[in-house]
Order: sequence, then C-alpha cells, then structure tokens
Amino acid sequence: MTSLDAILDARGLTKRFAALVVLNEVDFAIAPGEAIGIVGPNGAGKTTLLNVLSGAYPPNAGSVAFAGHDVTKLDAAERNRRGIARSHQVPRPFGGMTVFENLHVAAAIGGQFSGPAANDICVEALALCGMIKLANRRADTLGLLDRKRLEMARALATDPKLILLDEIGGGLTDAEAQELVLIIRSINARGVAVVWIEHIVHILLQVVTRLVCMDAGRILADGEPRAVMRNPEVISAYLGSGAESAA
Amino acid sequence: MATTSYRVERWTRQSRLFAVIIALVLMVLAIGPFIFSADITDRLTTLFVYVILAAMWNAMAGYAGLVSIGNQVFIGLGGYFLIRLSDAGVSLYPAVVLAALIVGLIALPVGELMLRLRGGEFAIGMWVLAELSHFLVNLDPVIQGETGTSLTALNAYPPVAARNDTYWVGFVLMVVLLAVVFALLRGRVGAGVQAIRDDEVAAASVGVKVHAGKRIMFVLAAIGCAAAGGVWLATTISFQPGTFFGIQWTAYMLFMALVGGLGTFEGPIIGAILFFIMESWFGATGVAYLIGLGVTALAFSLFLPRGIWGSVETRLGIRLLPVGFSLRLVNPDGGRDRD
Repeated sequence: MTSLDAILDARGLTKRFAALVVLNEVDFAIAPGEAIGIVGPNGAGKTTLLNVLSGAYPPNAGSVAFAGHDVTKLDAAERNRRGIARSHQVPRPFGGMTVFENLHVAAAIGGQFSGPAANDICVEALALCGMIKLANRRADTLGLLDRKRLEMARALATDPKLILLDEIGGGLTDAEAQELVLIIRSINARGVAVVWIEHIVHILLQVVTRLVCMDAGRILADGEPRAVMRNPEVISAYLGSGAESAA
Repeated sequence: MATTSYRVERWTRQSRLFAVIIALVLMVLAIGPFIFSADITDRLTTLFVYVILAAMWNAMAGYAGLVSIGNQVFIGLGGYFLIRLSDAGVSLYPAVVLAALIVGLIALPVGELMLRLRGGEFAIGMWVLAELSHFLVNLDPVIQGETGTSLTALNAYPPVAARNDTYWVGFVLMVVLLAVVFALLRGRVGAGVQAIRDDEVAAASVGVKVHAGKRIMFVLAAIGCAAAGGVWLATTISFQPGTFFGIQWTAYMLFMALVGGLGTFEGPIIGAILFFIMESWFGATGVAYLIGLGVTALAFSLFLPRGIWGSVETRLGIRLLPVGFSLRLVNPDGGRDRD
C-alpha cells in the first residue's frame, strides 16, 4: 500500500515517558475500510500507539496523517471531528447521562450533526450495537458488557472513518465477546476501518484480515494473520515457546 | 439495518408542569416589593444573591470539573468595580451590570492562566488569586485599605426605592443568569460540559473541546459572581474588602452546591433555599450555626453524595428541567432486529 491510498499514515512515531521509550519509530498505515488486529505482550506499546493515533498523547517524534492531512499537531477532539473514533480499555461512560444522551453528545459534537440527523445516527448506532432498549437508562447503571457496547456505539455516533478499539473483549466471557465480534464485523462492513487491540486472539482472528504484533515499542511482524502467528519472533515474544504447538 | 420508528422527546409531562409552576413563582417574585414587607423584600434579595452564587459555583465545579475555593475573587471585584464605576458617575444599576461584564473580561486572560492548573492546584490557585486581588484592591486610595468605602450613590435614592430597585435588579440578574445556564445546558455547549463533568478523556474522544468548555464556564461564573457581588453591595452599602474577598463565600457556595446536588441544574437552587432558611433560623447563634453548616455538609458528602436533587433524580428518574433527551420508540420491537 502506498501512503496515498492510506486513510491513516503514521511515520516514525516515537513516544517516551521520561526515560522509557514506549514507541520506537513506528511506521503504521491503514487502508480505508481495513480491519487490523494488534497483539503483543503487556507493555509492548499497543495502547500508547492507539493514544498517539487518536491524539490523546502527542508523540515526541514522527507524524500522523489522516485522510491526506497532517494531524500530528491536532488534539483528540479535533481528530475525532475529522473521523478518528476510539473505545477505551476501561469503559468511560458519561455516567450522569442516559445511553441515548451519551451518543447524542458524540453525534452533535464529534459528528457535527444537528436536529433529526443527529437523532438518526444515534438510533442507528444503538440498533447496530443492540442497545435500543437501554436508550433511556443512566449510563452509570450499566454492566460491563453494556458499557463496552456503549463505548462502541458512542464512537460510532461520531460517524468515523476509522475506529480504534482498545481491548474491547477484556473481562468478558467468551459468549459475550462473541456478541461484540458480530457488532465489530457490522461496523467494518459499513466501510469503517477498524484497528483492534485484543489479547483474546481467536476472537480477533474472526474479524481482522491483517495482524500486527508489537513488542518493546516496535512492530515485530505485520501481515496476513496466520503468517504473523507462525512467525518465530512472534511466537517467542508473545506466545512463549510453549505455545508453538498450539499456534 | 431495519429502520426504527422513534421520536426524541425533550419535554415531558413532568417538566411542562414544572415549567408552569416556575413561571407562576417567577410572576409572584416579579411583583414582590408590592406584596411583601420591607423585611421579606430584603431577605429575598439576599436569597437571589445566594441562588446566583450557588448556580455559578455549580457551573464551574459541577459541569466543568473546576472546583474552586476562590470564587470570592469575582464577588470582591464585582463590588470593587461597582464602587469605581459609581464614583465615576455611572448610574447605580447599569453599573452593577457593567462591573460584572468588566470582571468577565478580566476573567478571559486570567482564565487562560488558571485553567492550566489542574485539580487541587486550580482550587488553591483560585484562593491565591482572591487574596492577591484583595491586596491589590486595598492599594486603591478610594478603598482606604481594610476600612473600605460606601456606595454613596445609594444615598441619592429614597430608602424604599433603593430597596425595591435592588430587589428587582437582583431578581432580573438571577433569572437571566439561570436562563443562560439553562440555555447553555440544553445546547451543544452544555452537552459538551456535561460530558466533561462525567469524563474529560472520553469527552475529548468524542470531539468535545475540553479547554474551551471550561473557559466558557469560568467566564460565566466570573460574570455571575461579580453580578452577585454588585447586588450584595447594593444591599449592604459598605464595601469592606475583607468581607467581599472573604473565604466564607466559598464555604457558602460549597454548601449550597453540594447539599443541593452538584452537576444538576435544580440542585444548587434547592441548596441556596435551604442555606437561606438555615441562615434565617440559626444565623444569630453564631458559632453553633457555622458548626451546624459544617456538620450538615459533612453528613451530605458521606451519606448523600449526590446531594438532595441528585439523589431524587437518580432514584426516581425524574428531571424537572428538560436539559436531556429521551428516546421513545413508536414500534418497541424495532430495535431487536439486529442481524
């Protein structure tokens, strides 16, 4: 893929926290509508990469281009308005608002919708995430699975071109995670590019067509999921030598 | 995806009924000086000041996450600029409004500095700002240090006219400021600051400009508290810097907003009324009254952390003022057809 085709093109991204280099000159490009999984051991820099792409943290070096424009200097709010949405590893609902109001803020501000158009996209996102019946519930009364759904529905209400999912399956049972797989597939089927960090690899492989493995702030392997999972470096860094037979 | 028939409601039967009640109360209050005794008129003017202060503290702390223990800076500056404008020949009541707007202008650059501070630093920083402003105002020869000065323009009014006009100015300012808060909360800005109230990081992730939202609430609170300070000065006549810049205002504002319900529109108004009643009944008991206030605030933060209105809203699911949205499905099964 050339950078001209990419919806997002990040180059030489470096992020340090004091002396600790968490991202080390990472190059990462995403094609429109692509579904990419990111795996790697704890501390590999996965969430930091997401934070730098979404604008939550500024990088120490490198650049991020989105839809052909340099967005490196733009904050998270501005990047969201341009089409990058995200979910958080530990859900961050607007607890004092209802589920519908959570989405409405996102649609009105991030998506810049007003009037009936804002309501429409909220209802659409709620329906897609199976949350219509919860629309008028206060968000702080939701359980974990519904909070995770809300993270996705709210991100979707901003009408993104790219959605970044941070460990959406963490803390859920396998059956619950399967429900989210269906939702993420339908999001991707609507042409929204998906980048998904997940520890539960078999869940991830049901959705993504490209897999990235990170370790120690670098991209170790990047490509067709099965090939990446067979990569000896990936096996030793992430799966551990005992997992070779399983992989 | 199947289309879902729905409508979005903002006004409920409850909130319509409540709006009618509010309109009636406001109509009665608008003709207050004609129907109430001089004493009641004076006391209600004080209540208006408390409602403004509580609503403004809540606008900052409850919605923008800006907990401040120094909002008396705006009260003091509001009083100070009223003295200066009035001395310069501006007629009294326009000067109250003008002084408030001047404080709002000052709050723009000051806010840029203060809003760089976070959490506790901001809270304490605001107190430092209040003390600093207090000393600067004391340096003005007109103020004569801690001795202070008087709003001599009031002497031009017959006492009855002064009492009634101050009442009306306080009433109008309260209604206008509450209407501004209400309008903000119903619109895009308000949706943004309510998101900031609940989670700043998540707010930014859905496009909310967190800093801009905080700045709006900061400047609004500056204007509102300064207006309250001006009305307060018009009722007390004498401007003593120690009183106007005193930390006791923060204690009052904190009490009213916390007990009433932080982060709700109705809460601080209820808190102000409660505070006003406590002050009327127990204010004369001095130290015992202050201890009572402290114990009450403590009890609320331990047992009813959402305050009176926050608890009512959560438990009974009612909202009297339609700042939110509710989704009504025309065909309730419409949403279950995913996949």
